[in-house]
Amino acid sequence: MNPLTLDLIKLAFLAVLWLFVIAAVGVVRTDLFDQPTSARKQRRASHGARRAPAPPAPAMPARSAPSRRGSARQLVVTGGSLTGTTITLADQQITIGRAPDATLVLTDDYASTRHARLYPQNGEWIVEDLGSTNGTYLDRQKVTQPMQVPVGVPVRIGKTVLELRR
Amino acid sequence: MSALSDPLSGSGLSRGDAVPVPLPRGRRNAELAMLAFAVAIMLFAFVNVGYGLNGHIPSGLALYVAGFAVLMAAAHIAVRWLAPYADPLLLPLAAMLNGLGIAMIYRLQESGRGSNPGIQIGTLTSHAALTQLMYTAVGVAGFVGVLAVVREPRVLSRYTYTLGTIGLVLLAIPAILPGSLSSVNGAKTWIILGGFSVEPGEFAKILLAIFFAGYLVSKRDVLSLAGKRFIGIDLPRARDMGPVLVVWAASLLVLIFESDIGTSALFFGLFLAMLYIATQRKSWLIIGILLFLLGADIAANLFHHVGDRFTLWFHPFANGNQYGQLAQGLEGMAFGGILGTGLGQGEPFRTALVQSDFIMTGFGEELGLTGLMAILLIFGLIVQRGLRASLAVRDPFAKLLAGGLAFSLAIQIFVIVGGVSQLIPLTGITTPFLSQGGSSLVANWAVIALLMRVSDQARKPAPQPIQDEGMTQVVRAA
Repeated sequence: MNPLTLDLIKLAFLAVLWLFVIAAVGVVRTDLFDQPTSARKQRRASHGARRAPAPPAPAMPARSAPSRRGSARQLVVTGGSLTGTTITLADQQITIGRAPDATLVLTDDYASTRHARLYPQNGEWIVEDLGSTNGTYLDRQKVTQPMQVPVGVPVRIGKTVLELRR
Repeated sequence: MSALSDPLSGSGLSRGDAVPVPLPRGRRNAELAMLAFAVAIMLFAFVNVGYGLNGHIPSGLALYVAGFAVLMAAAHIAVRWLAPYADPLLLPLAAMLNGLGIAMIYRLQESGRGSNPGIQIGTLTSHAALTQLMYTAVGVAGFVGVLAVVREPRVLSRYTYTLGTIGLVLLAIPAILPGSLSSVNGAKTWIILGGFSVEPGEFAKILLAIFFAGYLVSKRDVLSLAGKRFIGIDLPRARDMGPVLVVWAASLLVLIFESDIGTSALFFGLFLAMLYIATQRKSWLIIGILLFLLGADIAANLFHHVGDRFTLWFHPFANGNQYGQLAQGLEGMAFGGILGTGLGQGEPFRTALVQSDFIMTGFGEELGLTGLMAILLIFGLIVQRGLRASLAVRDPFAKLLAGGLAFSLAIQIFVIVGGVSQLIPLTGITTPFLSQGGSSLVANWAVIALLMRVSDQARKPAPQPIQDEGMTQVVRAA
């Protein structure tokens, strides 16, 4: 067989091998952001809109789809014994505490049984302290009334730190 | 903040009309596509081998590829049925490595046979690739079996001590058996019955991982209570650590007695990693690594064959080395360079045992650094998916089991690839999925099944509450 052809086959095989690796990483990627392609397109579109020079903020209907698309999708534990735990946010509220029926069951000595809850409102996530002993902190501020949680701002419960991620 | 004055109106439970957010998906179709890709790569590899060897497409091509494709389809259907939410990548990644391994074994078996160039490999039969395909069938059957029997990872924790005992017995059998029934190429790690041989250590690895996970979980709270404090390190009480240390020491003694340092290093690493995951104490890692270095030094001085490995590590090209294969493997990889010689066009047959311990040098020679990196990345992705499942699952036993199994895979790859590339002293240990050999293949498919079971558990949508919170729930006694 012609050595040149063999070389081409060799290079093609290596390319296919790497294509497999890249495809696998692609599956990991979509898995990580756990969203169907149509939603991703919408999100990309909304990103584009944000980058466009100062469009007048559209008056979003309170429960419209696009407002949710740009909002947080995951609740990530960034500190404490549950570090690394991720909860995919749905439209359900998330209860946090040591009670076994909480959405996020803490094993934190400084957390109360029903410590706090996170719930969605108008596409934003709100944290509310449920009368805990040691309090809930949004960044450095104590949560005394329901407060909106921006993406990436740490919420502290005892030794546990939570964060919303897109 | 005025909009938030009435938080209950926005509470999640009252928002029935909101846009449904996608539930965690099984992504079985992505798995199927990747699986088809993996089979296509195997087909391509076979064609490449044929053209490289003698310019013809191999005669048995249809048999190998179709057989492999049917097996993988069966595994996929079983996953759809038994673990529909499991990680979509674990199966295709394992399949890809398994297929590549069969193609490489076929290439080595054909070397020097018929009119093909190269030297015939004496330790490889003329139907080695077919045997490997049959072992793949056994492996896939085991994979489906594990998925079917272990419907929840927690089930395994009921048999912690039973499985741990079986694991130790499996490890010990080759040490007790006479050499004629247990020794292959100097390593006394086999059970040979008739024409059939099994390497029980591969299975013992899984059983001991289950034992460590079950034990460490039930004793987690006690273990995190500090006993004595010693140079800034908290030691747990001896009676809590006792059983684990006994199992570990026993497995190490058995392995040293069986002259299998690679597997002993693997067990040590598995034990250390799981202890670290369970207790979250970095001090254990330091103690463990120091203990390991000490043990390695003592073993190198006490046991001749361990000392030999160190000599070989320092001077692989010295004359009179009985393990010339390390030098051969290194030269093979150097010969391959960045892009490799192409499948079927190198001379991997010059390295002794290139079909099992040294298969990575064979790939390094024929696919070059480029191909080797791709293979290592695929191993890395398997480990990553395993650790990901471990992070995501809530059950602490499953968490520890998946973490331990994923880590043991990582250590095994590090030990063998580090060994053949002269990074660490060479120890004979199989390369998961690639090496020729049934025990290793079947055991690793079982590991993938367990990891998929854990990831299925982690990704499964939470069961819907029957009624509203706060009301009495009706429990049906079936």
